[in-house]
Amino acid sequence: MNYLLALAGNQNCGKTTLFNALTGSNQHVGNFPGVTVEKKEGRIKWYKEATIVDLPGIYSLSPYTAEEVVTRDFILQEKPALIINIVDATNIERNLYLTLQLMELETPMVMALNMMDEVRASGNSIDIDLLSEHLGMPIVPISASKGEGISELVNIVKKTVEKGQSEVNFDFCFGEVHKAIHAIAHIIEDQAHELGCSWRFAATKLVEGEISMMDALKMSESQRHIVEHIIKNMEETLHTDREAALADMRYSYIEHICNECVHKQQETREQVRSEHWDRLLTHKYLGIPVFLTIMMVIFWLTFDLIGAPLQDLLGAGIDQLVAQLAVVLEKADVSPWLQALLIDGVCAGVGSVLSFLPVIVLLFFFLSILEDSGYMARVTFVMDKLLRKIGLSGKSFAPMLMGFGCSVPAIMASRTLSSERDQKMTIILTPFMSCSAKLPIYGMITMAFFEQTSALVMISIYILGIIVAILSGLLMKNTIFKGDSIPFVMELPAYRLPSAKSVLLHMWEKAKDFLRKAFTVIFFATVLIWFLQNFNWSFDMVEDSTESMLASIGSFLAPLFAPLGFNDWRAATALITGLTAKEAVVSTLSVLTAASSDLQLSNALHTIFTPLSAFSFLIFTVLYMPCMAAFAATRKEMGSTKQAILAAAYQTLVAYLVAMLIYQVGRLLFGA
Amino acid sequence: MVTLDKIQPGDGGIIDTIGGEGPLRRRLLDMGLTPNTRVMVRKIAPMGDPIELFLRGYVLTLRKEDAAKITLKEVNKQ
Repeated sequence: MNYLLALAGNQNCGKTTLFNALTGSNQHVGNFPGVTVEKKEGRIKWYKEATIVDLPGIYSLSPYTAEEVVTRDFILQEKPALIINIVDATNIERNLYLTLQLMELETPMVMALNMMDEVRASGNSIDIDLLSEHLGMPIVPISASKGEGISELVNIVKKTVEKGQSEVNFDFCFGEVHKAIHAIAHIIEDQAHELGCSWRFAATKLVEGEISMMDALKMSESQRHIVEHIIKNMEETLHTDREAALADMRYSYIEHICNECVHKQQETREQVRSEHWDRLLTHKYLGIPVFLTIMMVIFWLTFDLIGAPLQDLLGAGIDQLVAQLAVVLEKADVSPWLQALLIDGVCAGVGSVLSFLPVIVLLFFFLSILEDSGYMARVTFVMDKLLRKIGLSGKSFAPMLMGFGCSVPAIMASRTLSSERDQKMTIILTPFMSCSAKLPIYGMITMAFFEQTSALVMISIYILGIIVAILSGLLMKNTIFKGDSIPFVMELPAYRLPSAKSVLLHMWEKAKDFLRKAFTVIFFATVLIWFLQNFNWSFDMVEDSTESMLASIGSFLAPLFAPLGFNDWRAATALITGLTAKEAVVSTLSVLTAASSDLQLSNALHTIFTPLSAFSFLIFTVLYMPCMAAFAATRKEMGSTKQAILAAAYQTLVAYLVAMLIYQVGRLLFGA
Repeated sequence: MVTLDKIQPGDGGIIDTIGGEGPLRRRLLDMGLTPNTRVMVRKIAPMGDPIELFLRGYVLTLRKEDAAKITLKEVNKQ
């Protein structure tokens, strides 16, 4: 017998930690059908018959966010055998609000009361037996991060699944709301039964005013009329509206049971400590400098101190392997074109992308620490005002900042954004933050043209990227992404030490994600580019890449770039190869100009560009569509190939227009 | 009528009404900002917005424009 279990709870209550403790690395990550909400499932280690699904972290079952709808639909449609409701014991009042709503779904439930160690350590206590009696469900005190109480939890879950549960207690409505719920329940009981959902849940949703529930129940006109009448009466008697009445009823009941069961003399040590730390971390003047310093240290560690040696090591390892492979192929008398395909196409292409793996893994390592420790919520708090101006919220700040390192993890990190609108905007804007792979291009161009003013040129490039992102944000806010973003009402959780297991699993997850991309989309793209670069139109291999298909495509496209100042097939070709990885622009230009040293390359560049057109080329490379790896990430996170292509087209168009504008204005100012 | 966005850090009060509508209002109610709840303003973000609240034993942040929809019936100075 196989059982399906659901894990539900608020954000920041240790849900992921518990899920990891229950399943170990034995988990599978995907999406809920039709939405980009992450769905994790796995088998419980000590209860192999049970598959557990980690539902999104939510505060309520309102019909407004994708996460809440997904949770509700999952429980109503998949009908799990049991819900494990994880509750943060240090913040029990607000956590129980979701519990009461889950109870209405009439699915057997077990509560995992997390962070009980913190409650005890600060001298507070919770009468678990009494609470369990009130709610009519088993309650197991646990500490997910320390692994305490997990086996007890599994035992209780097992027992409840196999023996069934006596009715959960519904006795938490009273007064006028109680009357309204029960009056409505009488009317729709049969229909709710037909729909396969609990009468209690259906009636509550009707009181809350959900039209979709009326439709789902196939209610007649007269029934709708009566229900509205009942609710009107309730509102008039209570002098409040339906939504407030229900929230008030739930919280009143929670206050009532907390008064009996929760003995809280003081805030927990973690809460006190958080308040102390926040004096610095969200300080009026120091908050932002401290944050920027933290990010700079992370970047330095990622790209310099740890990342660079790892990257070199991996690169050397790959080179070694490729050299071995070359020898083997040579000996085996494999035909030259196949050798070239494997060595220069596949290995070189995928290898160059793979060398980014250390950087991506490291960035995610630091990001998960920031996230799990609770600091990211503070960043959001500090930076919200800035990003609101372009129609986003503070939550987009971290992914966009990561874009300066590498667009791929930045785009992948956008998954933490709760609103689809914010997520899409962030994904489109992030590549405008100039990534580190573009640095060799800047180096090449500034060395050849702007030796005296290289710092100024570099800074202007970065600032230009940010300005373009801001203007694009404003444009999108007023056109395709009109309307309000999701309300910014966010909890600031207490600071906690992140669990090593969660951080490592998260890293591994992202590394897998990236590797999958490297061997699918990126693999095909690099092989394609290699093929175009090494064959002519009659599919014969060419010695000189100037005769290749790619070169003729470059020549064909080159005139398009005339308004930007560089009508040259070599520049156009380099921009195409730059799609595999941005630094390929440099290697392509050296190959195509037959330059064997930096100096030769500099001289050759002077035959392609004027200083002004070189600057315009630079601008184009900063802004045009990101590399295939970033494109693949965009496609995955947006959940749509079409939208990813549109995003890339938009970025390229913007690059074209901005570069053209700067070139043409520059020409007017400085002459040709 | 005092609204929550006008409260100085360190001061607090008791919620009277929750205004606004749709997702925002529901969200405020769900997070425990219901009538008669005691709430304290702990901090204002470095750039002047959003604000940090303390209620029901936890810390919540929301924007001033949203806090302006919450009225208080009793204000306690520090």
